[in-house]
Amino acid sequence: MSPELLDIADRVVAQTQPGEQLEAYVARGSSTEVRVYAGEVEHFVSAASEGVGIRVIRDGRTGFAHAGTLDPAAVAEVLAEARENVTYGTPDEWAGLAEPDGVEPIEQRLWSDELASFATTAKVDLALELERLTVALDERIRVDDANYVDGGGEAAIVTSTGVRRHGRSNACHLSVSTLADGDGETQTGFGFSVGAHPGEFDLERAAREAVERATRLLGARKPPSGRTAVIFDPFVTAQMLGVIGSTLNGEAVVKGRSIFADRLGESIAADGVTLVDDPTDRRAYTATDTDGEGLAARRNVLINAGRLERFVHSSYSGRRAGLPSTGNGVRGGYAGSPGAGCLALRLLPGARSQADLIAGIDHGVLVLSVSGLHSGVNAISGDVSVGASGIVIRDGALAEPIREFTLATTVQRLLSEVVEVGADEEWLPMRATGVSVLVDGVTISGTS
Amino acid sequence: MLEPDVIDRVLAEAKRNGAPFAEIYVEDRRSTSVSFDDGRVDQVSNGRDRGAGIRVVRGETTGYAHTADLSEQGLIAAARAAADAAGRGDGGSRVVGLAGRAPERGERREVVTSPTEVSKSTRVELLEAADEAARSVSPSIVQVSAGIGDSVKRILVANSDGVFVTDEVTRVLFRISAVAEGDAGMQTGSESLGHTRGWEVFGEFDVADLARSAADQAVLKLRARPAPSGQMPVVIAKGTGGVLFHEACGHGLEADHVAKGASVYAGKVGELVASPLVTLVDDGTVAGEWGTRSFDDEGHPTRRNVLISGGVLVDYMWDHVRASREGRPVTGNGRREDYTSLPMVRMTNTFVLAGPDDPEDIIAATPEGVYVARLGGGSVNTATGDFVFGMREAYLIENGRITEPLREGNLIGNGPQVLRDIDMLGADFDMGGPGTCGKDGQGVPVGTGQPTLRVASLTVGGTAA
Repeated sequence: MSPELLDIADRVVAQTQPGEQLEAYVARGSSTEVRVYAGEVEHFVSAASEGVGIRVIRDGRTGFAHAGTLDPAAVAEVLAEARENVTYGTPDEWAGLAEPDGVEPIEQRLWSDELASFATTAKVDLALELERLTVALDERIRVDDANYVDGGGEAAIVTSTGVRRHGRSNACHLSVSTLADGDGETQTGFGFSVGAHPGEFDLERAAREAVERATRLLGARKPPSGRTAVIFDPFVTAQMLGVIGSTLNGEAVVKGRSIFADRLGESIAADGVTLVDDPTDRRAYTATDTDGEGLAARRNVLINAGRLERFVHSSYSGRRAGLPSTGNGVRGGYAGSPGAGCLALRLLPGARSQADLIAGIDHGVLVLSVSGLHSGVNAISGDVSVGASGIVIRDGALAEPIREFTLATTVQRLLSEVVEVGADEEWLPMRATGVSVLVDGVTISGTS
Repeated sequence: MLEPDVIDRVLAEAKRNGAPFAEIYVEDRRSTSVSFDDGRVDQVSNGRDRGAGIRVVRGETTGYAHTADLSEQGLIAAARAAADAAGRGDGGSRVVGLAGRAPERGERREVVTSPTEVSKSTRVELLEAADEAARSVSPSIVQVSAGIGDSVKRILVANSDGVFVTDEVTRVLFRISAVAEGDAGMQTGSESLGHTRGWEVFGEFDVADLARSAADQAVLKLRARPAPSGQMPVVIAKGTGGVLFHEACGHGLEADHVAKGASVYAGKVGELVASPLVTLVDDGTVAGEWGTRSFDDEGHPTRRNVLISGGVLVDYMWDHVRASREGRPVTGNGRREDYTSLPMVRMTNTFVLAGPDDPEDIIAATPEGVYVARLGGGSVNTATGDFVFGMREAYLIENGRITEPLREGNLIGNGPQVLRDIDMLGADFDMGGPGTCGKDGQGVPVGTGQPTLRVASLTVGGTAA
């Protein structure tokens, strides 16, 4: 690892003036994206980026600036702009940078030399192989695209309050999008595989899932409306956990935007629900040893057997709530300043397989995909309404496929009507793991 | 931004493996953003992002590399990386030299006052006024968040076919959201205003009006009841419903989806794909709109493209790669988020032209259904045509009259079916608020618009029976 980024950050923070707090975040990264289609490379993108973000706090006012370059003149300009921006702020008694809290980061292997030295031609070959495997599995299947993506980078964060960290990480994944042609209709699917390095890929599984997701929906019809039990497929659960996580965000809590703001210590979910945010688990795609403010990432139990235990806090939201940061400062690269957020959510798995959950239901729906979360979910009101497709469950067995319907409930009801969490935990390329979940009392809207 | 002879050398390097097409896209973007939240200035920030992307197309393969290093050395290195990424092949040797030429310039007619000339205190004052206006609506308004973002982006595009253009794109965006709290919990309302114009926008629109409107929505929804579930007629107010067409057919008319057989509209040119009432246009030239540009991000002039005329599919939208493969002209729809991104087929401002009906008659002619005053975002699966979009402000229609407000929810439909089910189209028209269209991980600004309209049957995703 080059110490260069840390040097740049140190040089910025060395210019801290009396009465001022200063934070420099310096990052550099590169990525490769290969897309293949019909046995040929459709595109090959080779990307490199670097940049700096500087946060200045004075008299409770915050200013920020960034630049997509590490050119020394530009870095100096960014510092000057951040300082100038401070003058327009409103004093906020809780404003401030993170301060070292004595929690040591848990060492994690976030960098793979094997991936860093992986040959370009091998990346192309992996994507081509995935496309070939997928098409070969089923004659009804076409591949829309197959992709190999990797990215890696290093970052340094230094503050005038004593935080000083640097680290690097890299990761890769493969994905394939499928089209299944049936009688005058087309359905779609996808599959992927994630790894610390390409040796961890499971191409067969990615291909099989992409084929199954699309072909299972062939012949799907719109179902009648009604209230029913549903089982969320692991991928769907992971998407839903993202929504639930946003209601447990400390910043939303202190600003009066969380439905659970006054519920700490109370039961907000069924007994079977234990929700943990744990970026220290190396299996998580978003595993990290430090948060976006340079504090140690840590395991936080948010909901324990249905009881609301804690919210995730950045140093700002924590200070405002009278609590320490939970190591949940989240930062979207050098171009933004950190806020609070979940890093790696995990709904602790139960004991039974998805097949066992299905076998126990007289009538319900296995939900294979949802859409429109950004437009149909309001984390402040709690209203949830999403488009969906899936398979009807009848007398303990999967029956016909259905599509073009919506699922509606509220975040509160969703949590309290969880009947059982499955055992089939999956580590997905998202901020949450997937696991099958059986939920009661969901409204399906389809034909009248 | 770059000298023509430098560009010539970079493009020559990009074509060193014999690719028939090479392009350089250079961008220099300065942005300012001020956010106001919880009764105070949350943050004032500035950004500077500049860099170049080099694209090499050889046969079916595109190689792309980008760099933040705009020195000739940095550009040559990126050109080499892009050339290698595209692979070797015999593609001919055509190079149109740019040395000695001046680039074609985009028009700047829309910008009266550049945001760079406006002080940050002016931004703060506007946000304070908006916050105060929203909070003054009702004591039940418990939280307000607002922001102003503006950017001035200079771009240069040159390619081996002789395209050589520069442009300066100025955008301003204002957004506000309010939270109201009542006995039954919290509700939200929001408004936004975005134009490809300068600061003069704030002389024509009052942010306090937008703030009050956002607060009104939130307060109104405190007494909203759960939306119904099931299929019913849905009337959508003018302006807000353009997103329906963006999702129901816009994405499906993008030539990249069509070429891969991943669109329900593939092979349908010349066929009736919508109600004869529907004429759908994508037009990147509408003065000042959010999706407006002089040139697209491949350096081609934007145009007014009629996609559907009287219900008949006229044409798809095209970018360089798809158009050259089909041996046809581009339509000015090659867009990208920034210099790190490959261009692809994207919409600009997509809207449906006004129809014959009096908007009031449309509601009066609907015995029972839902009236959507404001839609949220949406998404579509182009291969199946199934799409969803959110209702942010909606009401029941009972006996031909708008009655009670409804809680939020999604609407779901199938594109080709919904286009056929449009049975009334108003004689009014409006463009909607600024949107960000996401595709393949890239977001670009888009406009939408439409007259008041009725869909005979859409599925409303509420919780009420």
